[in-house]
Amino acid sequence: MSKVYLSHHNIVSALGFTAERVVLNIKNKVSGIFLIDDPAYLHIPFYGSVIPPNDLEAAFKPLETTKKYTKLEKMMLLSLQRTIEASNVSLDKNVGLIISSTKGNIDVLNNSSFPEDRAYLSTLGTEIKDYFGFKNEAIVLSNACVSGLLATAIAKRYIKEGVYNHVFIVGGDTVNPFVLSGFNSFQAMADSPCKPYDKNRTGVNLGEAAASVLVTSQREYLCPEAVEILGDGSCNDANHISGPSRTGEGLFRCVSAAIAEANIATQDIDFISAHGTATLFNDEMEAIAFNRLSLCTTPIHSLKGYFGHTLGASGLIETLVGMHSLHQNTLFKSLGYDTLGVSKSLNIIEKTISNTNTIFLKTASGFGGSNTAVLFKKAQTEKLTND
Amino acid sequence: MTKNIYIESYCTIKNKVVSLNGTPIFSDDTPEFSAFIKQAAKQLNTNYPKFFKMDNLSKLAFLTADILLKNANLSPTKEHNIALLLSNKASSLDTDRKHQNTIIDPDNYYPSPSLFVYTLPNICLGEISIKHKLLSENSFFIFERFNADHLHLNSSYLLNTNKAEKTLCGWVDFDGNNYDAFLYIVGKNGTINHNTEEITRLYNTP
Repeated sequence: MSKVYLSHHNIVSALGFTAERVVLNIKNKVSGIFLIDDPAYLHIPFYGSVIPPNDLEAAFKPLETTKKYTKLEKMMLLSLQRTIEASNVSLDKNVGLIISSTKGNIDVLNNSSFPEDRAYLSTLGTEIKDYFGFKNEAIVLSNACVSGLLATAIAKRYIKEGVYNHVFIVGGDTVNPFVLSGFNSFQAMADSPCKPYDKNRTGVNLGEAAASVLVTSQREYLCPEAVEILGDGSCNDANHISGPSRTGEGLFRCVSAAIAEANIATQDIDFISAHGTATLFNDEMEAIAFNRLSLCTTPIHSLKGYFGHTLGASGLIETLVGMHSLHQNTLFKSLGYDTLGVSKSLNIIEKTISNTNTIFLKTASGFGGSNTAVLFKKAQTEKLTND
Repeated sequence: MTKNIYIESYCTIKNKVVSLNGTPIFSDDTPEFSAFIKQAAKQLNTNYPKFFKMDNLSKLAFLTADILLKNANLSPTKEHNIALLLSNKASSLDTDRKHQNTIIDPDNYYPSPSLFVYTLPNICLGEISIKHKLLSENSFFIFERFNADHLHLNSSYLLNTNKAEKTLCGWVDFDGNNYDAFLYIVGKNGTINHNTEEITRLYNTP
């Protein structure tokens, strides 16, 4: 059966508008999280990662049409435009489009300059589809915080089942009063830049970002950082709608399923890009699950310290950074971490260091009890890059 | 290798009628959804106190799924790997609008976690999973209209690769006062062929 790869990609975030720029910032331990004191966002100051509107406007200028677009649409269009252009894929009927977002343009409920219809995720899908002229209806995936990662597993199905030759995924969410007020009501927001797995952590920072990637089985479309999807799994905790399982059961099972499909041993995993939101319950649940999986000595990081929790984009962005981690044979520091603050041991990456990497595990967990795990392996593209 | 897979059962809740496999099992002329669904849950022996705390979308999805799963003769001593694959048009907008109303006026600002948690469409999948102890794959998709191709492809893939023993999938939409639920179980033991024509036909059956 043919292999499925993630290839050309882009990230639009507070750390830059290309994956290279974002990854360079991560390598230099630069965070996009700042104190935001603006009642247009939230009645109290908060730490978050937002894209400066002027930078986005300037970057979007060449893409402008007579049509008006929301901030999220501009982020997604910019990201996807760069990925499509880099990929050289022509958008015929054999090309699919998956959109991953938790809340889409939800802020139009509060913004009279766009019709309420724009708050529908299917309308967001149509806007993106029509802008580029995709031939097929957008498949919008809205499955809380696992959406961006689960989208890669869904894209793989469409290719394996022979429906599409290529699938583009674009994921995105914004920081807005709707989600800020909700997370704040949960008392889940940190009073400082977040510190995943650290004993002094106080909660999450929200972030906004868009990310996009080409999923394909055709090797001639691979970029130097391309990875093969080795296996994937998704599993609900069946425990609580807003809190993770205390035993990490769903995460344990979905990682086990991904390992079984990949047909590898746990020792073959070079590092884990975990969810690591920096809430007490999430981090503890992950520590328990990874210990049950005998992964407590595997290097692990959370990237939330760099751009916060970017919701429907997070799983995809963190996967793309993982691709660069493999390609550069580098383990990126888990920013914000100093002292272990979970009850089980974990091998948190404390310093950005060189390490020969071939396979990484990406996990995500979210509201509704959802958990997803995907294993990625460096694609053998040396020949391509030397051409 | 494609195995023989079938639509084992289906359930709809629309136009004030609950039907199982094409036969009405409950109807009530109450125009209000909240009263209608409460009555339906009572009559159909849902017996689940948490039901009354759910938002409208979750009530609709939960009751439809509960009817199907109770009717599926599942062994209570065994775990069942039944993947949940739901879709709709309006996502969680019904509850989103309610949450928005709690934050629109700075002088009357009262966002609540118990409401906010339902501003994600996949929460209803969590509710179904908790009640029926389904530690299985969950996914929620948004389309302009009912998309049989997408449901068919994912069910086929999950069953053919043994990632799930059955799938429970379909459409649950709640928007304004309009509601429309059509869920079905796909597995190895049915009589209705699992193809997009049959899925579309069952969805369109009044």
